Amino acid sequence: MSAVPEQTAGGEAKALVSYDTHPDKYAHWRLAFDGPVATLSMDVNEEKGLRPGYRLKLNSYDLGVDIELHDALQRIRFEHPEVKVVVVTSAKERMFCSGANIYMLGLSPHAWKVNFCKFTNETRNGIEDASRYSGLRFLAAVNGAVAGGGYELALACDEILMIDDRSSAVSLPEVPLLGVLPGTGGLTRVTDKRKVRRDLADFFCTTTEGVRADRAKQWNLVDHVAKPQSWAQALKEHVDRLVNASGRAGGKGVALTPLQREVDDAGYHYRHVDAQIDRSARTVTITVTAPAGPQPSDLAGIHQAGMAWWPLAMARELDDAVLMLRTNELEIGTWLLKTHGDAGAVLAVDQALAANAKDWFVNETIGMLRRTLARLDVSSRTMYAIIDQGSCFAGTLAELALAADRSYMLHLPDDAVAAPKLALSEANFGAYPMVNGWTRIRTRFCGEQAPLDAARKHVGEPLAAEAAAGLGLVTFTPDDLDWEDEVRIAIEERASQSPDALTGLEANLRFPVAETMETRIFGRLTAWQNWIFNRPNAVGEEGALKVFGKGAKAKFNWERV
Amino acid sequence: MGPEESTKFEAYLRTAISVDPKGWAHFDYVKMPEYRWGIFLTPAEADRRINFGAHKGEPAWQEVPGEYRSTLRRIIVTQGDTEPASVEQQRHLGLTCPSLYDLRNIFQVNVEEGRHLWAMVYLLHAHFGRDGREEAEALLERRSGDADNPRILGAFNERTPDWLSFFMFTFLTDRDGKYQLAALAESGFDPLSRTCRFMLTEEAHHLFVGESGISRAIQRTCEVMKTRKVDDPAEVRALGVIDLPTIQRYLNFHYSVTLDLYGSEVSSNAACFYTTGLKGRFEETKLGDDHRLANDEYPVLDLAGERIVTKHVPALTALNERLRDDYIRDVEAGIGRWNKVVEKAGIDFRFKLPHKAFNRRIGTFAGAHISPDGRVLSEAEWTHMHTQWLATESDREFVASLMGRVAEPGKFANWIAPPARGINNQPLDFEYVRFN
Repeated sequence: MSAVPEQTAGGEAKALVSYDTHPDKYAHWRLAFDGPVATLSMDVNEEKGLRPGYRLKLNSYDLGVDIELHDALQRIRFEHPEVKVVVVTSAKERMFCSGANIYMLGLSPHAWKVNFCKFTNETRNGIEDASRYSGLRFLAAVNGAVAGGGYELALACDEILMIDDRSSAVSLPEVPLLGVLPGTGGLTRVTDKRKVRRDLADFFCTTTEGVRADRAKQWNLVDHVAKPQSWAQALKEHVDRLVNASGRAGGKGVALTPLQREVDDAGYHYRHVDAQIDRSARTVTITVTAPAGPQPSDLAGIHQAGMAWWPLAMARELDDAVLMLRTNELEIGTWLLKTHGDAGAVLAVDQALAANAKDWFVNETIGMLRRTLARLDVSSRTMYAIIDQGSCFAGTLAELALAADRSYMLHLPDDAVAAPKLALSEANFGAYPMVNGWTRIRTRFCGEQAPLDAARKHVGEPLAAEAAAGLGLVTFTPDDLDWEDEVRIAIEERASQSPDALTGLEANLRFPVAETMETRIFGRLTAWQNWIFNRPNAVGEEGALKVFGKGAKAKFNWERV
Repeated sequence: MGPEESTKFEAYLRTAISVDPKGWAHFDYVKMPEYRWGIFLTPAEADRRINFGAHKGEPAWQEVPGEYRSTLRRIIVTQGDTEPASVEQQRHLGLTCPSLYDLRNIFQVNVEEGRHLWAMVYLLHAHFGRDGREEAEALLERRSGDADNPRILGAFNERTPDWLSFFMFTFLTDRDGKYQLAALAESGFDPLSRTCRFMLTEEAHHLFVGESGISRAIQRTCEVMKTRKVDDPAEVRALGVIDLPTIQRYLNFHYSVTLDLYGSEVSSNAACFYTTGLKGRFEETKLGDDHRLANDEYPVLDLAGERIVTKHVPALTALNERLRDDYIRDVEAGIGRWNKVVEKAGIDFRFKLPHKAFNRRIGTFAGAHISPDGRVLSEAEWTHMHTQWLATESDREFVASLMGRVAEPGKFANWIAPPARGINNQPLDFEYVRFN
């Protein structure tokens, strides 16, 4: 984690939040490896909050703590394929984790809170993603009190082992204590994942003290309990069992090299991704470039390329650009997604990915792409895909067009060769499910089978504007006479509309029909939470979140809305 | 529980039989199982009001307010959990009692701590429904030092290995109990207030046992030093009494551990307890401010690099520190009385309380190394020096070597002087405990 000083046009430096870190620099976590077991111990340094004004007491976390957790998961994915089980625990005595730091939340502007919660949600989803797709097993070894976001972290793990010392409790005290909701999936995972009955969940989520291990087990809030004297033995037994249950293949790790990112007034510049910011228009043009030159097609070549392998390098860069823009560029509300280069090269990479998907490294690369695209889906920015000359929206990169809220594709009736083409590959039909469990193309057609089948018949075929529009793959296809004006006006019009209403609109339309636990977390829970975060009962001068810790009593407006 | 193998003994105890001034100090022989475990509440004040916080001026609660159920329950459980811990920590001390008088005192302290536990259990049972009964069960099941089921606060899981530790505990740690009870006696929840007010009348005896116990050890040491004209600690020890620097090291340890019991310097919980009217300040009603403290400040110590500095924080969040300061003033008075004993003997030594930040495990100074005179030390300096400041294993071994059982009426172990007077004006050779 670092704050890179950014020189703005005016010459004053403002701290830019980046997501770069390395285990050697962790202030809050310890990551240890022992054969097939990685142990991630939370040991938050009170003094090292990301921003001034609060102390990270009682193993509470802020964005900086979560950036390290995210980095640790990436290290386990790529550098340690030998790991089968990740134990998430605490290095503090009698305190597992007390959740997000309340003073940080109280001091933070609304946008910071929302962006923070989004990233923490994505990281917890990433834990479940690694369990589902990488065969990793996560065991939360809850060795002390666990509250709020701490329990939500445990909930993201496959199993929870809790210490039964007759005093440590598990709780989600956000409602009674802070007047807000558990913000990282707690409510949803308690019911959807752990199948806790809703009346018990209702009770559990409205008591500040929570429940101790015996009742937590009885209500299925945790899977296993162990007394302090048998803790080490119980932990070992569960870890051994999970090691045997893990399907992770193993192999030789690939070092997660630091991203090469250049930051200047114009935006962020990487090898395969470029984010060009236009501040007066409040837009950023994100251009992804296709691989240049020969690409490896066999495993030996892929492993040799390692972190430099185009799909992985591109995904890491795009992921970073999305995170940087979301955190640092709140007013850049419209993202224009472009691609550039040889569509054939992209489709060739898709073939290499599909042919070697069983290899652990290729599998992790697909996972990185899947999670990066999923990050786009939940980003609260308008996304337009601009499919112009020289573009390569093919296969994996066609996902960008499918992720966009709208797409504009240049129609060149008089020049079939120069006309931009869009191409699908089999990757579009299964490799990158959204958090709703559906592919983007299926989601696009609201789950209807006929248009999906029709599109699939054209896999591998370069589709010019009319054909693509005929299959419903693009939104508008202005010809070269209209193109400039039509695209410009569409962008300007969009950028002029209420950012709040657009965020709500996009979040609704991007996830039609299908619901999963994840969409419920991002949709229902987050939407309600963000409403509550804006209400005087939480953040007014006498709101519960504002007065927490000051010793004053919250004053509520008792009207139910 | 209670002193080991003691159920047949008859101890000459003070037993409360009612709460009026004549009734709470009734002396007679009692067998432990026959001790009267009554629940006593100071009589209700007519029209008692809440005296502080957001509810100031409203009638005191006779029933648990639903809004504060959880917080109130936690306060009562935490307080209740401390009461029996010392009984559990001190069970084996009967085997090494320095006199019948002292053995009787430990019985007295133990039964009262036991009854204080019952008082808290009663509050949980009577006012908190099923939830309260479950908490009360858990409270009764926890045991000091049990790895699987320990007492809640760390200090109450430490061992009390010898009588010097016992006296230090009653002088220092029971005094924390006094201040916590005094703060709870101000509570807007009337049953808790009335219970704690009665418990306070008994707590005073425990403090007396501690203060006078150490004072007698000091007196004995001084007598020996003077009559045998020795000064060097090793020579003092050779004469079978506890040298004064060892007593100072015990003091440093128990004092610093007890300071931790007050919690963090800045505490949102303490602020919440106060504003909601559940836990007041020491002698709240005698203080002359607005009893809401919304705009007041209070100084607390903070660590700024190599220096300890004072910073001002909102008074509401500094209530732990304020109670700790009240406590420190009280302890200092006791230390002054010990020093009078030393001074009277003409010995050039004075006991001194270490700095508030010394050897702390909780709050701002947890993890820092602070000398008894308040200097910030490096890890290396601390490692090098701390055995001069805190009782060492060899100190404890030496003290343990003096602990032989003396159980004849009127006799006292060599390391401790007899008290100035007996219990309830009985002579010193009174049979305070009958072994039957």
